[in-house]
Amino acid sequence: MSILLEAGKVRKIFGGLVAVNGASFTVRAEQITALIGPNGAGKTTMLNMISGVFPPTDGWIHLSRKPIHHLPPHKISARGIARTFQQVELFANMTVLENVMVGRHLRSRGNLFTAATRLGGANREERRTANDAMTYLEMVGLAEVAGEDAADLPFGRQRLLEIARALATEPYLLLLDEAASALSTREKKDLVELIFRIRQSGVTIFLVDHDMDLVMDISDHVIVLDHGEKIAEGTPAVVQRDERVIAAYLGEEPVGKSGE
Amino acid sequence: MKRSAFFSSTLCWALVGLVAIAVTPLLVHYDIEELKKPLLERQSYLLHVLSLISIYTILAVGLNLLMGYAGQVSLGHAAFYGLGAYTSAILTAGPSLAQHLSPLLALPIGIVLTAAVALLIGMPCLRLRGHYLAMATLGFGWIVYIVMRQWSNVTGGISGLTDIPKLAVGGLVFDSDVKWFYLTVVSAVLTMVLSANIIRSRVGRALRALHGSENAAATLGVNVAYYKVLVFVIAAALAAFAGSLYAHKVNFISPNSFGFLISVELVVMVVVGGMASVWGAVVGATTITLLFEWLADLGQEYPAFQDMNGVAYGLILVVVMVFLPAGLTVGTRDLLLRWFRRRRPVPVPQPAPREVTRV
Repeated sequence: MSILLEAGKVRKIFGGLVAVNGASFTVRAEQITALIGPNGAGKTTMLNMISGVFPPTDGWIHLSRKPIHHLPPHKISARGIARTFQQVELFANMTVLENVMVGRHLRSRGNLFTAATRLGGANREERRTANDAMTYLEMVGLAEVAGEDAADLPFGRQRLLEIARALATEPYLLLLDEAASALSTREKKDLVELIFRIRQSGVTIFLVDHDMDLVMDISDHVIVLDHGEKIAEGTPAVVQRDERVIAAYLGEEPVGKSGE
Repeated sequence: MKRSAFFSSTLCWALVGLVAIAVTPLLVHYDIEELKKPLLERQSYLLHVLSLISIYTILAVGLNLLMGYAGQVSLGHAAFYGLGAYTSAILTAGPSLAQHLSPLLALPIGIVLTAAVALLIGMPCLRLRGHYLAMATLGFGWIVYIVMRQWSNVTGGISGLTDIPKLAVGGLVFDSDVKWFYLTVVSAVLTMVLSANIIRSRVGRALRALHGSENAAATLGVNVAYYKVLVFVIAAALAAFAGSLYAHKVNFISPNSFGFLISVELVVMVVVGGMASVWGAVVGATTITLLFEWLADLGQEYPAFQDMNGVAYGLILVVVMVFLPAGLTVGTRDLLLRWFRRRRPVPVPQPAPREVTRV
């Protein structure tokens, strides 16, 4: 399978803190790739750089062989990367449906003039956008609460809404930042099922998670970061047996293999 | 979605509104001498106040797009209002010009010029996050105010500009309070309709989204900087439009109508009426304009009450923030809805009963 995303020697320095220190890895198309590591390993920083929230200090990120690390987030979105956030970032001032309609921003037309005057088939476009958004709500099972305020949803459903909103951009690559954290066992099971369905539809998934069981269950490929550096990668089975990974998680430094 | 029901109710309200606007000049009080004149030539203080309310509504609706929906704060909005008014006044009656333009030409020039200025200010500060815009507009407001006062040979200095001509479209000269009432009310209603349309569109959703979370909006493809500048320019252009109308209506302007206190007044209108609500802007504009007029009356009778506006605004802001944080409109609407719903049960199709208090 072909390579969709490629990161080369990516570094991110915040003031004096080296958050990511020269990490290189690839994400293969139509697979589920997981990025794991202890707290502060630089996982979310990595996702933020891929989605353009901030640029890397050094190194490069390519999507389908084209550089994206210098692009602002809205242009990266246009290239086909969508994401969810660790701290769910829904538009609390909008309904569930409207949240997903924002996801259709680049897939719908309409400017200030057509909006204000309702000319040029603006109402038709509006209905089309709402219908499109509805199909993504159906996909995650939130269709019946389309009219509610996003802020009123229970936490688990907010997570699903964020995924629906991201999918509405029709991405090639979906980044999930701790999508399973704080979910109940039941909700986790539904999430796993949803992730499989998303992959089935042809979307590549790159996820960051703390839940080892979940990651090892669903991932095709696992990348392990520690102190901003990649210490291992491979299939779940391989990674689980890696001594450096075990050491990183247990907080011990194996002799002669300093994590720094 | 009950689209047809929505449209019929909108149409119904539009008709009611039109009739109300049309008959208002017939209902308000005139003295006997005035009644002998034809309708369109009559003068009335009440119509004048209603025109002022309409002008402030245009300002508040614009500022509400910026503050209520997009979540960006302007503390110098009166400066854009003033730029519109002064451009109109200088071009049509300025002492520095040998040739004067017609008001009909000066009005669009004022709007375009103000929009261009807003673009220049907005571009650098709206690229940044945080309250840079509030600071920049605060400073800009003071600068504009000082220029108005000091550039005497162009702006007339502290005493301002007089003899600004009435607006005229072809043969129709807006020279009475009745005509101005119609013109300003229609302008205000048009502004409300356009802005309500913008809110319920792709553009409006982008604005509300960046208010909710800039990061999330950006990663969904919304060009956050572009939309922030866009809404800032729209708000400034609407303010300039209102300013131009004001200048040609009252025919006399001075810097005090566009100072810092007026910027605060505009913010109070938006907050009191209710952020993120087009009707809120109207309610806010009405409440504050009436209060302003009432305080002016009071000040004439009891000099102790002169210049109490600042105190009143501060007090209102605090009271509204504490007791009706959603503003008068939404706060009252929620109360009314609760009352209505208790008397008349909602039909079944809406799924969750929890949803009932929202529309």
